[in-house]
Amino acid sequence: MSSLSATIQDVFNEPGCGKNAGKSEAERKKGCTKQLQPGGAAGGCAFDGAKVALQPLTDVAHLVHGPIACEGNSWDNRGARSSGSDLWRTGFTTDINETDVVFGGEKRLFKSIKEIIEKYDPPAVFVYQTCVPAMTGDDINAVCKAASQKFNKPVIPVNSPGFVGPKNLGNKLAGEALLEHVIGTEEPDFTTPYDINIIGEYNLVGELWQVKPLLDELGIRILSCISGDGRYREVAYSHRARAAMMVCSKAMINVARQMEERYGIPFFEGSFYGIEDTSDSLREIARLLIERGAPDELMDRTEALIAREEARAWAAIEPYKPRFAGKKVLLITGGVKSWSVVAALQEAGLELVGTSVKKSTKEDKERIKELMGQDAHLIEDMTPREMYKMLKDARADIMLSGGKSQFVALKAAMPWLDINQERNHAYMGYVGMVKLVEEIDKSLYNPMWEQLRRPAPWDEAGNSWQAKATAQNDAEAAVLAADPVRAETTRRARKICFCKSVDLGTIEDAIAAHGLTTVDSVRERTNASGGCQACTGRITDILAARPRPAAPPPLLDAAE
Amino acid sequence: MATVTHSKKACAVNPLKMSQPIGGAFAFLGLRGAMPLLHGSQGCTSFGLTLFVRHFKEAVPLQTTAMSEVATVLGGYENVEQAILNIHTRTKPEIIGICSTGVTETKGDDVEGYLRLIRGKHPQLARFPMVYVSTPDFKDAFQDGWEKTVARLVEELVEAPAAGAERDPARVNVLPGCHLTPGDIEELRTMMEDFGLVPSFLPDLGGSLDGHIPDEFTPTTIGGIGVDEIAAMGRASWTIAIGAQMRRAAEALEKKAGTPFRVFERLCGLLPNDAFISFLSEISGRPVPLKYRRQRGQLADAMLDAHFHIGGRKLAIGAEPDLLFDLSSLLHDLGAKVAVAVTTTSSPVLERIMTDDVLIGDLEDLETLAKQRGCDLMITHSHGRQAADRLKIPFYRAGFPMFDRLGAGHQLSVGYRGTRDLIFDIANLVIADHEANRQPTPETWRDGLKPPSPGEAVHIH
Repeated sequence: MSSLSATIQDVFNEPGCGKNAGKSEAERKKGCTKQLQPGGAAGGCAFDGAKVALQPLTDVAHLVHGPIACEGNSWDNRGARSSGSDLWRTGFTTDINETDVVFGGEKRLFKSIKEIIEKYDPPAVFVYQTCVPAMTGDDINAVCKAASQKFNKPVIPVNSPGFVGPKNLGNKLAGEALLEHVIGTEEPDFTTPYDINIIGEYNLVGELWQVKPLLDELGIRILSCISGDGRYREVAYSHRARAAMMVCSKAMINVARQMEERYGIPFFEGSFYGIEDTSDSLREIARLLIERGAPDELMDRTEALIAREEARAWAAIEPYKPRFAGKKVLLITGGVKSWSVVAALQEAGLELVGTSVKKSTKEDKERIKELMGQDAHLIEDMTPREMYKMLKDARADIMLSGGKSQFVALKAAMPWLDINQERNHAYMGYVGMVKLVEEIDKSLYNPMWEQLRRPAPWDEAGNSWQAKATAQNDAEAAVLAADPVRAETTRRARKICFCKSVDLGTIEDAIAAHGLTTVDSVRERTNASGGCQACTGRITDILAARPRPAAPPPLLDAAE
Repeated sequence: MATVTHSKKACAVNPLKMSQPIGGAFAFLGLRGAMPLLHGSQGCTSFGLTLFVRHFKEAVPLQTTAMSEVATVLGGYENVEQAILNIHTRTKPEIIGICSTGVTETKGDDVEGYLRLIRGKHPQLARFPMVYVSTPDFKDAFQDGWEKTVARLVEELVEAPAAGAERDPARVNVLPGCHLTPGDIEELRTMMEDFGLVPSFLPDLGGSLDGHIPDEFTPTTIGGIGVDEIAAMGRASWTIAIGAQMRRAAEALEKKAGTPFRVFERLCGLLPNDAFISFLSEISGRPVPLKYRRQRGQLADAMLDAHFHIGGRKLAIGAEPDLLFDLSSLLHDLGAKVAVAVTTTSSPVLERIMTDDVLIGDLEDLETLAKQRGCDLMITHSHGRQAADRLKIPFYRAGFPMFDRLGAGHQLSVGYRGTRDLIFDIANLVIADHEANRQPTPETWRDGLKPPSPGEAVHIH
């Protein structure tokens, strides 16, 4: 276990992470995630994160060493796609029983590996550690080593039991397993000056294939994608790539950075979501390859392709503009990707609400990312009634989000589009962006909404749940207005800046007392937004809210 | 009489089984204002939550004590306490249902003891309904978690009636197994109300997970049986248990309140529903309404129409014991041969399944045996989709989870009407498969009768 905790500490020390670089030694030691709150936590565990990151490797047998819960409750539930083997969708687990808990499960694990190799003969077996055998002391590293020697086949331990932390830690621990045991262990048949790695892309709904044809056309070869539609051997020889793109999530930053350190493979952070981001990423790939020795003409061909594809995409989006005029989108996501579609949605004529960002310069995008990341956490914490209030106040026509917020949106008869990993449509690259616009249009103009917003003919007005929720929210507000003591407590209880722990009351008092007008001055007085700065938007809203604007008209006119 | 065997493999491949704690949590989801809480690491909850959400396409309340490695080693008292306090203040539930997991059972956390301490320390929780069930992941299966949880709910929450108190002749308790859908519960409610009976379902998924739009949004369950109604179950005149798994809870209720019970192991098929409807008529003292006489005729007619297609089919079925028993018996009654039966856990019904052997195993076993025995119809939960694809045989989805089709919560199997529609659905699948894949060509009979090839057994039944 000591080596596992050392690995975790290493992951926390990741120098490639911009956020990490700004932290003190002590803060870094604490790691990149806040303490999980019993009774108030959402999201997966470290095992989940490791599995998510590696499972898209299609020809590998993914064996989960643990009780039935870890694999039985979760297998074949990911939307990645394969152009080859289906083995990755086969659920393998030791399904340990009481005897294994008492006497150890190492023998069962070894036998399981043997059975898998005999029956399925995969190029490699990945063995995932889980909480129970980690507690009882099963040494999966030793078992994997023995099995690997015995069967002459890579058997890779992935040491990321659920209780060591949340999902994103598991992503990184999965990366560590690849770095330690896989990358650099084989050689490709041949190399070209156009070989790249794509790191942290899972090929959900097959969306990598929305971009791959463009790379094919440019003669750029994806030597290895870690891990979407990937194969074991490709990862093993990925150290021979000329350049790498780290898809815009920090999930596998440790892989990208260490491959740069060890093998001199330069990488950039990019995204294929959104038109401009796709173009930027293609340019960046070409630039890095040229830097590493590819001929200069690659850039000319890339620019020509970008010009052609952008023109086609904008032309395809053009007809939607009049239909989108005046329509508002509420974009909320904990996901790291969807913020980069903002520009394209704006270009299509949609107005974004829920963020105060109007343009999309690079800095603004960073801000949107921060804002949405933070807001998504807040939304997970909201009660459905509060969430409904937010939808109503935002006066949006459609909501784009992931996670459980969808059920409230849909039950509020609010058009909603899935942009999380369980979505049914692929939204990458130029074709994907046009698809997204198409889907938004389909949803907005579905005639169903009008019918669903009508109350049943026998329902009394004001008896709908929407009316009740509004009444309850109003009643709470009225109680607060009538009871200054409680209002004060509530104001003091509402945390605005989570890093520095500053509440609404403190900020409002400072603004009133000193006539503050800017976020900077608020920071000076109260320390709010002195940390990750994700609360900047909320402070801007507080500043803007003085004096209070009139209440916005209700969203669900038809229902009320 | 079937022999029950256990798979000999070390490695389970394509699990059929799901874990016991989420079976327990599922039972708590049928209670009004409930918040189920898994005592384990947060992944234990998030995997279960994803399963429920994908199956029902609804927001599902489920919380975690978020055990870290250190907390697990030191013991989880503080996490349990914090989780309960957080849930109690933030979501204002009417009941918190706690299930243990593998990780906290390995450590041996004494959650009953924790609850006593917590009640003593926090006066607001002294009498607050909290029910704990021990459900380690490394033992038993989903159905067992449900079975234990319902029994615990009865033991903890049902009040013994006062001595000499009269029973309410119209009130009937219903203890449905976890193989019944919210739609099944609604169907049973209607049937019983048609006899003038007033049923209390424990758990009542029909009230909480039927997809209705609630009057008020709560972060807990949006319907189901209330704690007060459970307390009053001791005054009912009868308890009806559906599925052998519910015998335990029915016995607990009898012990606690002296309520007589009857177990209906099956409610899918003609004869099981004849028995059920007769029983309702008997305990209510009312004649069978015309509606059910007509429905019985419709089911008989459906059986006549469908037997051409279902008769002689070789069925491979994988399901938890009670669902396995119910569906395989129905198809057997229609002339299908139950060629492969795989299940997750032991049960007294297994040896009465109309087949030679029942295997406690996984979907790899189901697929391999289905291939060996030439099956041409598969029934299991959604995870059977890959096997059915490879075998190219018609596939009927039944059980939990059903994440790749809509309407899982409304799929019916109980009652004359439910059985009728289920028979049509399966027969239509077989017909569609016949049209798409089994059309004759001039070559079909070219070789005439062939001697059986080695290894291929000839089944005549």
